[in-house]
Amino acid sequence: MSADERRHVGINLGAADPMAHRDAERAAFGFWVFLMSDAVIFALLFATYGSMLSATAGGPTPAGSFKIGSAFAETLVLLSSSFTFGMASISMKYADRAERPAPLLAWLAATLILGLSFIGMELHDFVGLFREGAYPSRSGFLSAFFALVPLHGLHVLAGSLWLIVMMAQVAVFGCDARVKIDILRLGLFWHFLDIVWIAIFSVVYLQGLIR
Amino acid sequence: MSLERRSEMRRYAVGYGISLLLTGAAFAAVYWQKLGTMTTLGIVFTLGLAQVMVHFRFFLHISLRRSARDDLQLILFSAVIIALMVSGTVVILLNLRARMM
Amino acid sequence: MSDVTAWHTLFGNLSAHSLPLVRAWQHPSVSEVIAAGAGLIAVIAAAALVALVTALGKWRYLWKEWLTSLDPKRIAIMYVIIAFVMLSRALIEGVLMRAQQAAAIRTTGFLSPDHFAQLFSTHGSIMVFFMAMPFIAGLINYVVPLQIGARDVAFPLLNSVSLYLTGGAAGLMMVSLVVGEFSTGGWSGYPPYTELAFSPGVGPDYWIWAVTLGSIASTLSGLNFLVTILKMRAPGMHLMRMPLFCWTSLCTAILMIFAMPPLTVATALLALDRYLGYHFFTNDLGGNMMNYANLFWLFGHPEVYILILPAFGVYSEVVSTFSSKELYGYTSLTLATAAIAVLSFTVWVHHFFTMGQSSDINGAFGIATMAIGVPTGVKIYDWIWTMFEGEVRFTVPMLYSLAFMVTFVLGGFSGIILAIPPLDFQVHNTVFLVAHFHDMLIPGVLYGLLAGYHYWFPKAFGFRLNERWGRVAFGCWVAGFYLAFMPLYVLGLSGMVRRTQEIFDPAFRPWLLIAFCGALLLLCALSCLVIQLWVSIRNRAQTRVFAGDPWDGRGLEWSLSAPPPDYAYAVTPQVASRDPFYDAKRRHAAYVRPTRYEDIDLPRDSAIGLIIGATAALAGFGLVWHIGWLVIAGVVGVVAAVIARSFARNIHRTVPAAEVERTEDRWLRAVAEALPVSRALETTGANQGLAKVTS
Repeated sequence: MSADERRHVGINLGAADPMAHRDAERAAFGFWVFLMSDAVIFALLFATYGSMLSATAGGPTPAGSFKIGSAFAETLVLLSSSFTFGMASISMKYADRAERPAPLLAWLAATLILGLSFIGMELHDFVGLFREGAYPSRSGFLSAFFALVPLHGLHVLAGSLWLIVMMAQVAVFGCDARVKIDILRLGLFWHFLDIVWIAIFSVVYLQGLIR
Repeated sequence: MSLERRSEMRRYAVGYGISLLLTGAAFAAVYWQKLGTMTTLGIVFTLGLAQVMVHFRFFLHISLRRSARDDLQLILFSAVIIALMVSGTVVILLNLRARMM
Repeated sequence: MSDVTAWHTLFGNLSAHSLPLVRAWQHPSVSEVIAAGAGLIAVIAAAALVALVTALGKWRYLWKEWLTSLDPKRIAIMYVIIAFVMLSRALIEGVLMRAQQAAAIRTTGFLSPDHFAQLFSTHGSIMVFFMAMPFIAGLINYVVPLQIGARDVAFPLLNSVSLYLTGGAAGLMMVSLVVGEFSTGGWSGYPPYTELAFSPGVGPDYWIWAVTLGSIASTLSGLNFLVTILKMRAPGMHLMRMPLFCWTSLCTAILMIFAMPPLTVATALLALDRYLGYHFFTNDLGGNMMNYANLFWLFGHPEVYILILPAFGVYSEVVSTFSSKELYGYTSLTLATAAIAVLSFTVWVHHFFTMGQSSDINGAFGIATMAIGVPTGVKIYDWIWTMFEGEVRFTVPMLYSLAFMVTFVLGGFSGIILAIPPLDFQVHNTVFLVAHFHDMLIPGVLYGLLAGYHYWFPKAFGFRLNERWGRVAFGCWVAGFYLAFMPLYVLGLSGMVRRTQEIFDPAFRPWLLIAFCGALLLLCALSCLVIQLWVSIRNRAQTRVFAGDPWDGRGLEWSLSAPPPDYAYAVTPQVASRDPFYDAKRRHAAYVRPTRYEDIDLPRDSAIGLIIGATAALAGFGLVWHIGWLVIAGVVGVVAAVIARSFARNIHRTVPAAEVERTEDRWLRAVAEALPVSRALETTGANQGLAKVTS
């Protein structure tokens, strides 16, 4: 396969169709633009969180609420899911049209399992926090925490739903041009979520636990 | 398995490996905190920023290459706007808090 | 907490008392009757529209040709229709407020404080989010693809989604007239006043969800326009060969993408406070209401540049065309536009100089605010130099441009005054500020939108608007603006506070009466526009410009028929200069029949946009009234529509080359048979849309 046919990094749209390449470039760039607008939302939630770190209103504090062990575990799970998605992307990019999509589906499934595990662990954390009296309406600090972190969690949930939809589409349509472009965008989304999590574990959990 | 495919797999593996190291180092710095508050915080943020760049480079294929140029310019522009908004917010709110004490 | 009865599960907090008619019946007062009347008018108007379409048997046509169309030209027209409808409502609200203030001097007047507060809240919210933003989206949707030689925007379905989210949000605004009440917190919705503790009703919730849907729509539109302009320009159209309207649209798109998210955050956090008891902006338990002002104006300032930049783009096009001269200082205009766009993110604190931060911070932002006046000044000079030694024709769009140049600059001066913190402290929250921003928005934004409307109407519909009624409307808009708002500068400096329903200083009376007369003139102006449209449609046989170039235009959009075919360009144009069509005409290389035609792929119609907009609006309504099942159904509906659409594979349709050839030949024959006219005859019936090339 010539370099020409893999013109857009990350996917291989096969032989002839120039329209597909052009569409892929537009679709990917457009999705980057959306991610940047999403990044602004997260950035402002981080700024708000930072400004409300001390607004504990006599209630639970960061050091008192956060558990380093579960934060570390969640980080490893999400980071690994980025790796499995990367493997899925490679699987999609280098597979022949005629090849069965089994490896791709397997890697997507692995990513999904890791993503859902992440959400499960996070929900478990939240339940624990509620039990200790650390719920969002207790203070400004907890409000800020329970806006930023669950928003990220909701994004992971949306990404997981998207993974399921893509797996269904690979099964139904195989890897046609549209499926490939959509998986490319899902990849951008998934890696972006891991980047936001880096910021969350640094600014929220680790900052909170520093003495 | 083609050479290209192998090299791409290696790229993801390297990115994953470096990220694991940076993550471990950040968590270790806090778990076994030996340095002062501000220093440790600085280390955590620096390691975090480094890992973000690793993700952009190894997972998102952002580089100085022609084909990634538009995406890179968009990211840099967004970074400027975000820096303006976040630093402005922090400066203003800290100033307001100081004046209310 | 109320009991969970069957009614509550089905209808949430809705009750008979939610209807303004019931409230007027129970507590009749002039204020309540007006509110009930407004609701009634909205319902009757909607019902009349449905009845009319049914009587004419046009539902199938409407559905197929308009509601499910992904053609940006059709989407654009629907946007502008929304804008004009909402303009009518918000203008009447403005007149009511002027009437109240003129009447209520040391007396209560006829509007209750609560009603007055709802009026200034809806007036501002509608004018910004549901008049100006849709109008701008409409102009950009229609003009930009044509000017860059493209057939469509980058993401046609997303375009439709944006339209219907905007429509749904506007619908929520209209529903608030009929069921419930609106926020009394102004268009900016400041907490803690808009928190549950002080505003327990549904008002702020209507505001939150209408604005949220609108802000998402705008973010997606900005995304669409940015990718379109960066990735879909015709071959040879480098960025520095783009028309100025495309440059301003590009910068507007960037602003939309980065400035709408802070608004989404501000309203979302307020919603979390109101719905889930969070403490972002409350008085107690660690809330910080000052962060709201910070977040809102991080959006709010770039927003006003989102509003003005497209208008600046229109003026560039109009002034150049009607001065029969190339735009002066193209490079400086593009640099100024880009500078304005970037600087707009550095001045937001000037909206809350008085909030308590140090004078160093205020000073820094004051300097930045003054700096941002400079590129605007550059543009004004460029437009003046464009007219200098040109052959200026005083058509309606040009008249608006001239009025803009004079009047907007006055408002700019008052802006420089306000940029200086110690002076701002004197006039903050007085009507001086109200005069300033209306002096920016009406001569700046509205005149630009109306100029664009008059300028491109013939292209969109194939016939010109009536020039005489256009001039009458223009006269009313200008006279009305001066009378309605210049007194407010005087009153503001005299200390009259804004947003007050009763006035206590009799010295203000003469000025308020003048302002009220101005408001009535503005109502006349709107009426004149309606009459103009009626007359124009009636006389359209005499003003047809099918050949497509009524004004001897310079950009590519004038090289197509009026109206253009749905595929716009039969063949993608090759661009070699800045005013490609003008140059082609001068080289006698315009209207050349291509050697062959190809099949053209267009997006197939889709109802997905409508479904998403409608279900999102229903979810919004459910959120306002705490109707749990409706919210869930709405959200599930949106997600399901997106997923279902992603499975669709047959999403294009082909226009066969033979049909393209037929359409193009019909137009080229009309061009060949048309009589070219000089500029002296461009507003007469002799103008068939073909320009006489003299130079």
